[in-house]
Amino acid sequence: MTEATAGRPVLDARGVAKRFGAVAALRDASLTVRSGEIVALMGANGAGKSTFVKILTGALRPDSGHINLDGQDRRFASPAQARRSGIMPVYQEPSLIPDLDVADNLRLIDVATAPFRHWVNELGIPNLGLDATISHLPLATLRILDLAMTLAKEPKVLMLDEMTAALPTDLVERVLTVVRAQADSGRSVIYISHRFAEIARVCDRASVLRDGVTVGDFVIEPGVEEKIVDLMLGGIPTRAAIAGARRDADVSAGTPRLRVRNVSAGSKLADVSFDLRKGEVLGVVALEGQGQDELFDVLSGFQRPQAGTIEVDGSPASFGHPADAIAQGLSLVPGDRKDALLMLRSVRENIALPMLARPSKWGAIPMRQEAARVSEAVERLQIDMRAQGEVRRLSGGNQQKVTIGRWVAAGVQTLLLFDPTRGIDVRTKHQIYPLLRELAGQGASILFYTSELGEIALACDRTIVIFGGKVVDIIEAEDATEQNLMRAAYGLTEKRRQDTATEVTP
Amino acid sequence: MTATLARHGWALGLLAVLVILLVSTRIIQPNFGASGLDSLARAALPFAFATVGMAIVVIAGGIDLSIASIMAVAGVIAAVLMQQMGDANAGWAVLIVLLAGVGMGAINGALIVITRVPDIVVTLAMLFVWEGVALLILNAPGGASAQWMRALVAGGVTLPGVPIEWTSWLPNAFIVLVAIVLIIWLPLRRTKLVLSIYAIGSDQHAAFRSGVPVGLTRIAAYGLAGLFAALGGLAITLSTGIGEPIPGPYLLASVAAVVLGGVALTGGRGGLLGPIIAVFILRTLRLDLTLLSVDPNVTTIIEGAIMVAVVMVGGILAMRGRH
Repeated sequence: MTEATAGRPVLDARGVAKRFGAVAALRDASLTVRSGEIVALMGANGAGKSTFVKILTGALRPDSGHINLDGQDRRFASPAQARRSGIMPVYQEPSLIPDLDVADNLRLIDVATAPFRHWVNELGIPNLGLDATISHLPLATLRILDLAMTLAKEPKVLMLDEMTAALPTDLVERVLTVVRAQADSGRSVIYISHRFAEIARVCDRASVLRDGVTVGDFVIEPGVEEKIVDLMLGGIPTRAAIAGARRDADVSAGTPRLRVRNVSAGSKLADVSFDLRKGEVLGVVALEGQGQDELFDVLSGFQRPQAGTIEVDGSPASFGHPADAIAQGLSLVPGDRKDALLMLRSVRENIALPMLARPSKWGAIPMRQEAARVSEAVERLQIDMRAQGEVRRLSGGNQQKVTIGRWVAAGVQTLLLFDPTRGIDVRTKHQIYPLLRELAGQGASILFYTSELGEIALACDRTIVIFGGKVVDIIEAEDATEQNLMRAAYGLTEKRRQDTATEVTP
Repeated sequence: MTATLARHGWALGLLAVLVILLVSTRIIQPNFGASGLDSLARAALPFAFATVGMAIVVIAGGIDLSIASIMAVAGVIAAVLMQQMGDANAGWAVLIVLLAGVGMGAINGALIVITRVPDIVVTLAMLFVWEGVALLILNAPGGASAQWMRALVAGGVTLPGVPIEWTSWLPNAFIVLVAIVLIIWLPLRRTKLVLSIYAIGSDQHAAFRSGVPVGLTRIAAYGLAGLFAALGGLAITLSTGIGEPIPGPYLLASVAAVVLGGVALTGGRGGLLGPIIAVFILRTLRLDLTLLSVDPNVTTIIEGAIMVAVVMVGGILAMRGRH
């Protein structure tokens, strides 16, 4: 690859910080990109990558820090300004206008047709009609068009955000070749990707973000992946003690509560199979956008799968509506509490609602019975009732307890928890893990997706890892270290996958 | 070719509906002729301008509930100015009215952009504000309008050397409408501004990421809508001869025509041709129902029903298209 230190720095960002209310998304991020260089920007979910990218491309303004472009201190007020200065991003979501045709999109951002044509051909879509309406084109084509438009504008710094995510392999090859050639001819590229294989192939250096701070900068060489994974995690082997005698001997026997086979949905969930056993907490680990959202939507009845089967307690199930899933005992606890709770109503009403939601119960409410069940749930979950009049005044942790508690009170047997501890304080988190264990001990089955890998060891019996819309690994509790999970989440477990594959296929 | 056909398919369909309606008008009322067409076109003129203005903001992904009030303000300004300045200076009065229209629209747009209050709330509030302004300028119907200008939108076309019986079928009001829309819209159609208006209506975030100045484009869209609303107000004053400070029934009618004209209420899709044809369809329908001595109140029920039906059909087609 090119001599990394040879070029002069084109983009140099130092000490960039950004807060959203009380949350510090970025504290001290920096990045240097020289001419002729491809730098990978890496970080686990929530490390602040997307905030940093938005700041560099003018979509967000930083609270502090310097962005130096070609030796000049710059502060971009809008994406338009950043583009004029030569920093041009290709975002994960295409920036094309869906209702306009290709020619109008070119005109809108002043791209000449000839260079655009050149790049589209180069990138492997030779017979594109300029009168095609964007909304009729497949996602992969749109991403290529977006890249071709950006290349046609001759950027100083090209920023690619998960450029290869929606692309078939032949197009990935083309893109990598073109991007490398761009760098070799002196252009600078920031490459954001979860795929180590691609980074190893095209990038010169990698810059690692953790908790909003740039913690390392590596020259890409064989074996650097492990170092990067360790650094993204913080280098601390956080293997929390697993509560003894967690799993009953008979848990794995018998019909599973939920049997998912070859389910696919949307453009991301490709083919997922797994069993959720009775009395089990099954972890789900995945990087952002690997199909986990679609999986939970399918299981909770928000979305119909395109293919595959779901069995509940051994009999086939199909959900056309969340109410169907709830009737089968499956209910979703979303990461965003606002999606689940009636924020302006009381704790009691929120807990009682699922018990009363069926039309057959539209009559008078059995007050005494309801009160008893609500009190029981409040007691069991230790919900702080001081601000019970309106749920929105509760802390995030207490709100999440209410969302779990309402299903516990309704007697639901399968809980689908989607990142339930997002934005919750540590103390409450540590009340939620034992609660999950306790519910599982009483026979409930829990599917638990979390973006914090450390939680897996604290709550889960087993963990499935989803990558590229497929289950790539199943990790038992004793192996669920953050390193193992992270490696698997990045698709780095080729060997182990084969060993455990037998468990996936029935 | 097929894309062009598909793009104008809806407008062609509307044109066919309009022809059927005009033929049935002739059947219901055998003496419906040149003068009937003239009064139809004159009645449709303010509706058509309101609809064009509404179409532009809807394409930009917004809505302007204050359009009828802006028309009222423009109408009374025109009536007052023309009375004071006399017939000879009526041209200046028109210029001032149009600038006032652009200003009112731009104020709507700027309020939406700056306060970030939803367009439907801002323009609902401005509906009352502009209504109050109209009443402040003229608290009862009054003022005057220039005779020579009134003549511009009345009667049929006369061409030297062509028998009047032929040309009178083409109403002046219709020619004025087509000419003005073409003069304003044709040069704009291929500009970055109009492209940007379609872009923010189609996908605001993608437009922002592409570097489109979203706020400025939105203000410009409302400004254009204000311009057409002012033309509509002017048309009312010219056809009645006086200024009327109370807003007319142009809000529902313009939204109905925009929707029937093939503009997606979600923005980004549609043109001006369809909505203009839709205006004539709705006016002719109203005329036919009146000729059939149906209660005039039923017509608003029908316009409302058409609106819901068209949006529903559009939604179903959009869902089909996605698969």
